[in-house]
Amino acid sequence: MGGTVSANHDRANLLEVRGLTKIFGTLTACDHIDLNIAKGEIHALLGENGAGKSTLVKMLFGSLEPNSGEIFWDGKPVKITSPGVAKKLGIGMVFQHFSLFEALTAAENIALSLNDGSPIGSIAAKARALSYSYGLPLDPDSLVGDLSVGERQRIEIIRCLLQTPQLIILDEPTSVLTPQEADKLFETLERLRSEGKSILYISHRLEEVKRICDRATVLRHGKVVGHCNPRQETAASLARMMVGSEVKAVVRAPAEGIETAPALLQIRSLSRKPATPFAIPLKNINLTVRAGEVIGIAGVAGNGQGEFFESVSGEVLQQDAGSVRIRGKDAGGLSITGRRLMGAAFVPEERLGHGAAPRMKLSENLLLSRHATDGKAFVGSGGMVKNGAVYSAAQRIITAMDVRKSAPDPEAAALSGGNLQKFIVGRELDRKPSVMVVNQPTWGVDAGAAAHIRQALIELARSGSAVLVISQDLDELFELSDAIAVMHNGELSVPLPIAEATFEKIGLLMGGAEPGHAEHSLEVA
Amino acid sequence: MRIELVKRPQRSALFSMLSPFIAFALTIIAGAIMFALLGVNPLNAFEIYFVEPISQVWQLHELAIKAAPLILIAVGLSVCYKANIWNIGAEGQFIFGAIFGSIIPVLFPQFEGPLVIPLMLLLGMVGGAFYASIPALLKTRFSTNEILTSLMLVYVAQLFLDWLVRGPWRDPQGHGFPQTIQFGDSAVLPELMPDAGRANWGFVFALVAAVLVWLMMSRMLKGFEVRVLGSSPRAGRFAGFGFNRMVFFTFLLSGALAGLAGISEVSGAIGQLQPVISPGYGFTAIIVAFLGRLNPLGIVAAGLVLALTYLGGEAVQSALGISDKVARVFQGMLLFFVLGCDTLIHYRIRLIGIALTKPNGAAQLEAAPKLEEAR
Repeated sequence: MGGTVSANHDRANLLEVRGLTKIFGTLTACDHIDLNIAKGEIHALLGENGAGKSTLVKMLFGSLEPNSGEIFWDGKPVKITSPGVAKKLGIGMVFQHFSLFEALTAAENIALSLNDGSPIGSIAAKARALSYSYGLPLDPDSLVGDLSVGERQRIEIIRCLLQTPQLIILDEPTSVLTPQEADKLFETLERLRSEGKSILYISHRLEEVKRICDRATVLRHGKVVGHCNPRQETAASLARMMVGSEVKAVVRAPAEGIETAPALLQIRSLSRKPATPFAIPLKNINLTVRAGEVIGIAGVAGNGQGEFFESVSGEVLQQDAGSVRIRGKDAGGLSITGRRLMGAAFVPEERLGHGAAPRMKLSENLLLSRHATDGKAFVGSGGMVKNGAVYSAAQRIITAMDVRKSAPDPEAAALSGGNLQKFIVGRELDRKPSVMVVNQPTWGVDAGAAAHIRQALIELARSGSAVLVISQDLDELFELSDAIAVMHNGELSVPLPIAEATFEKIGLLMGGAEPGHAEHSLEVA
Repeated sequence: MRIELVKRPQRSALFSMLSPFIAFALTIIAGAIMFALLGVNPLNAFEIYFVEPISQVWQLHELAIKAAPLILIAVGLSVCYKANIWNIGAEGQFIFGAIFGSIIPVLFPQFEGPLVIPLMLLLGMVGGAFYASIPALLKTRFSTNEILTSLMLVYVAQLFLDWLVRGPWRDPQGHGFPQTIQFGDSAVLPELMPDAGRANWGFVFALVAAVLVWLMMSRMLKGFEVRVLGSSPRAGRFAGFGFNRMVFFTFLLSGALAGLAGISEVSGAIGQLQPVISPGYGFTAIIVAFLGRLNPLGIVAAGLVLALTYLGGEAVQSALGISDKVARVFQGMLLFFVLGCDTLIHYRIRLIGIALTKPNGAAQLEAAPKLEEAR
């Protein structure tokens, strides 16, 4: 496979982009972008969040119209005015956030997007054949709701392949996969390349870009800052190109005396019945997070992390008040507001629509989670909101977290994902909570912002708080945690001290190996 | 050929502001065509419809009488709609407010004095809130659709009132007419300026309610709660705001205001209960709420405009012999154009030929599951 790399450069360009520009108001999201994708190459598009990757891809897929610039397909100028036009040309896209109906089968979901009236049966047969030939086994008759995230991504990929595209755009495809699943995906991509198909691979994971991509185009602040061969670069040099400066490594000071520190967050035999047919039941979860430590919870998405977070945060109450204890007091029967008043703070996985109201200003989104805990500071007599105090507190957080924005107090939806996440995490850090529970702290966040958030979480713990981080990103957990537990199918393993944890051990637990292994090794220690 | 609505990346602030005015202009144009088709000179008709009804002071008082219930109801509804809760049954809550408030003057006509009016108003609000609590309870307990239940309860209320005034509450000295006794003097809502016109305190209530609700929605934590839960329910839950509590809050508030409008109308403008006490105020108020962009202060202006359509309807009926249903037509067109303009601010229209078999499929699919989640 590697031998074809040098040949790629001689081949004709499948897609050529010249001077593509997109302007939103005063912001130039894409500024004269040049990009060539040869036939049969895997081309990486690298860049921090807000660098213009999504905007560029949306223009290539026809969901956004460029202000200026040209696109050539097979040497001929084209105007991609809609996703329909893009598909007709032969451009397929696999989105980062899946667009599947959980209550329908895989085949039905595929039929919906093909929209050509062919019977479900023949689509299912085609999908099955295609999936096996690419080593992505998929049962087209299974309900999407019953499938793991990795399997759902397969549906998206099969759906895209059924339209026989020449260029496949993949947006952060491995962010939801286990290391083993990711390997499988890379094999498929290499197979597609060997068939002469081109792939535009968007990622911020530099190791995998180095591993599978032939060429890379790096964006920064809407401009192309370089084209390179990722195999000849180091992860550090790629990161430097993306960020424009050195990314500070996260420093984790050794935690001392944790064994004797008070347990600030205790989960005791927490169980929860599934609330919907597609929810994961929680089974007898036990966990203690002490003052000064960061505990990580690893696991493939959809193994009960969301349900667990809701139960701990108090968005869902527990029958047994003692199953969640905050600072030594029962909290299971208290609402999220009650738990916040006990000193806990929460950051959910979804930024828009859960952690923040998209159409509300940042200052209003500050009030969202702190109207009760900071009631005296933010709400005056008679329930009147002190807008001035809220505004200045929001500005304080914006400064502390280096949130970049286009207006003094913009709507949450106007911020890039990374910047909004910095604000949402900063909103809780600003309270100096004694218990902090974070779900996916740096999902889709660029390297610079992610390092900032991780460092802040470690510092919060070292200053005497208990920090619980739920994440699918193993690199992140190894960087942050003093111990890592794994959630699989609604069960939580015993936390493995970071000194004993390896990718392999955690990966096995994520895949559903007996939690007993981990328990055993802990007892030995 | 297919028509699709495609979300605009940005909303135009200018057109958001102009939207009600554009809608009004389009209504006038469509109205002119309608008058022309009816064989009437449109200019002449417009003068009779929109200008003559407000050319004298006493007519302005009539305008205030018509506008008061519209504003009161619409202000309450605007809170519901901001919270994404769809109370369509204000007409029924209006009627129940009127019935509850009329308990004192009908059943205890001998009870007189300055306390009568405040008690009647209070009972009216209780009646409206009580009636609104039914769809709220059904929604929170059984997840019923409040649009259907609140709407259907309107017809129950109308028939209940009809039965009351023909049956138990009928005026024994009324020669069999289906109506209650005339309210006593102390049960009649006083007029503001008796020398100038008939406008009563109901209009003042409407203005006060508009200002208070505006204050709540824009400055208070409660209003923030309404807006958060309405725009993103999951974020609202994360904020610790209870959705069920919000359903009750908005229904009780809008029900109470509709009930207040109902008793004010009966006690001020009519003076007794009869089978029909509202020319559809509860429904027209929905138009008022949207024409006022769900902003209580905008609603005051919109209420005056819609009140004029009622007066204009009566005027063209007497002057030109055109059915006063013309008022309904104007109201309908206005709502149609307001919603149309609002939609086009957020979306643009795209025509799609048949040749493309899979247009925008991914984009649709992307949007659809989100909708499903939102349910």
